[in-house]
Amino acid sequence: MQIKAPHSFSKMIMTMIIALLSIIFMLPFIWMLSTSFKIEADVFNYPIQWIPQEWNVFENYKSVWSGDYPFALYYWNSIKVSLLTTLTSILASACAAYAFAKINFKGRDFMFLLVLATFMVPGQAILVPQFVLYRWLGLFDSHLGLILLGSFSVLGTFMLRQFFLSVHNEFIESAKIDGASHFRIFFSIGLPLIRPGIATYAILRFIWTWNDYQNPLIFLRSNDLFTVQLGISKFADEFGQYYTLIMAGSVSAILPLLIIFIIGQKNVIEGIAGGGIKG
Amino acid sequence: MRRSNYLQWKETLTGYLFIAPTLLGLTVFFIIPILATILLSFTEWNFIAGVDKIKFIGLDNFTKLFQDAIFIQSLKNNLILLISIPITVVIALLLAIILNKHVYFKNTFKVIYFTPYISSVVAIAIVYQVLFHPSHGPVNQFLMSIGIDHPPTWLADTTFAIYSVLSIQVWISIGFYLIIYIAGLQGIPKDLYEAADIDGATRFQKTRFVTVPMLSPTTFFLIVTGVIYTFRIFDLIKVLTSGGPANSTTVMVYYLYDTAFVNLKTGYASAMGLILLVMVLIITIIQLIGQKKWVNY
Repeated sequence: MQIKAPHSFSKMIMTMIIALLSIIFMLPFIWMLSTSFKIEADVFNYPIQWIPQEWNVFENYKSVWSGDYPFALYYWNSIKVSLLTTLTSILASACAAYAFAKINFKGRDFMFLLVLATFMVPGQAILVPQFVLYRWLGLFDSHLGLILLGSFSVLGTFMLRQFFLSVHNEFIESAKIDGASHFRIFFSIGLPLIRPGIATYAILRFIWTWNDYQNPLIFLRSNDLFTVQLGISKFADEFGQYYTLIMAGSVSAILPLLIIFIIGQKNVIEGIAGGGIKG
Repeated sequence: MRRSNYLQWKETLTGYLFIAPTLLGLTVFFIIPILATILLSFTEWNFIAGVDKIKFIGLDNFTKLFQDAIFIQSLKNNLILLISIPITVVIALLLAIILNKHVYFKNTFKVIYFTPYISSVVAIAIVYQVLFHPSHGPVNQFLMSIGIDHPPTWLADTTFAIYSVLSIQVWISIGFYLIIYIAGLQGIPKDLYEAADIDGATRFQKTRFVTVPMLSPTTFFLIVTGVIYTFRIFDLIKVLTSGGPANSTTVMVYYLYDTAFVNLKTGYASAMGLILLVMVLIITIIQLIGQKKWVNY
């Protein structure tokens, strides 16, 4: 019997092959970025000029950001909606997750099943009644409505519950003997202990809310409430022929998220792999 | 005794207080709309007209749906898009096996392949619209330069458009499948490979008879979530093609959106919503049963 040593030469060859494939895989992004730096006349030159012949970076991004379409405002709207959704969603999910994991109340299992059951429902199946309801409640065409829609998350409840389950009961029992209420235990012991879980969920929720296109499309009407995704799609519809500008807009829509993802990659990847979840 | 009763009662009250926000939110924004979808699917209504205009028409919406050529087309397209799942499974599985053991900079590659999945679908769709441009898009310029004189016009062609959507979908999902597979690979006990080594198994045999069967729960999970997810694809279609050309890329959720918010047929759209709900329910039940039966190692 022989134990194979890791073949470092074949590993190097494999790394090079995979690196090559990765570059091919990323070509659409590279093309997007390089086009956003070009002058309009060079966009479709062939062979493709990955490095622009004539640079037009500043002008392109300037016309996107200070043109008729208020990108700064869309950005602000997206930041506002994504942050507030993430915050309220964490709070509501963490409360429910704590109860499902650590409070022994009557009907708990049934309630948990009920919550889980709503998870499978495809959003579009209930879009029409949601829309009608929103008009009745006066939540249509408002950021508040958009935030509320993303705030009650089965996924968040489920994920954070997993984290609470791994907290030892002794912590909670001993705090209870000392006379602490569940509210105090939740805020002073529970939340700090599941900080990694909250970080993971927060990043995922932020990314999903930022990238959401369907809800803003249906529940917003006023131009000045638009989020980045909605803004960029309208922008692309209108400036269909100005490819450099559309690409500059697309880069602007993707970049902040990419940065957050790269900073929080460990959380994101572990969160996705651990829960096997999909937004 | 009375004290412990009081404590239990207090515990229950506290429990409900903690789940109250989520429960209330889910009830108002999800459970009530689900019930409303079921009710509205038996009616003819335009939501602008007001509640008193709701007309109960029994099963008419459903009989009409199954004679509706666009609905049938969108169902068909949904089925075509399902092809993306086995393709993604195979690519991601191969990639996961290679990344897991046989390369350096594993984490960097994971991040690279995961990037499309966390990127804005709107931006992705806009980029691909230009890449697939029939006459001067880079894809066709490349094809023409290697001697294909009349490449397909992709998104502008009624046959090729849905397959273009499909391939973009594969590109977007590879990262997700990959991450889940790598997590699955790390859960396979090492002694299985050692035992296979003792039996003199080749690398291919180890992959075929250890890795793949041990990953079958992961594969099963990915297929089921993949099917459910495929039924939800909306953003990509809306931005990329708006269901066109000539409804060749319309899918159920897109047709539902179009019916409800462009043609303002609330009842008819709700009937589609109910069909969607029932389909997802059936898939979920298959998942619950299948988990025990089909997963083998």
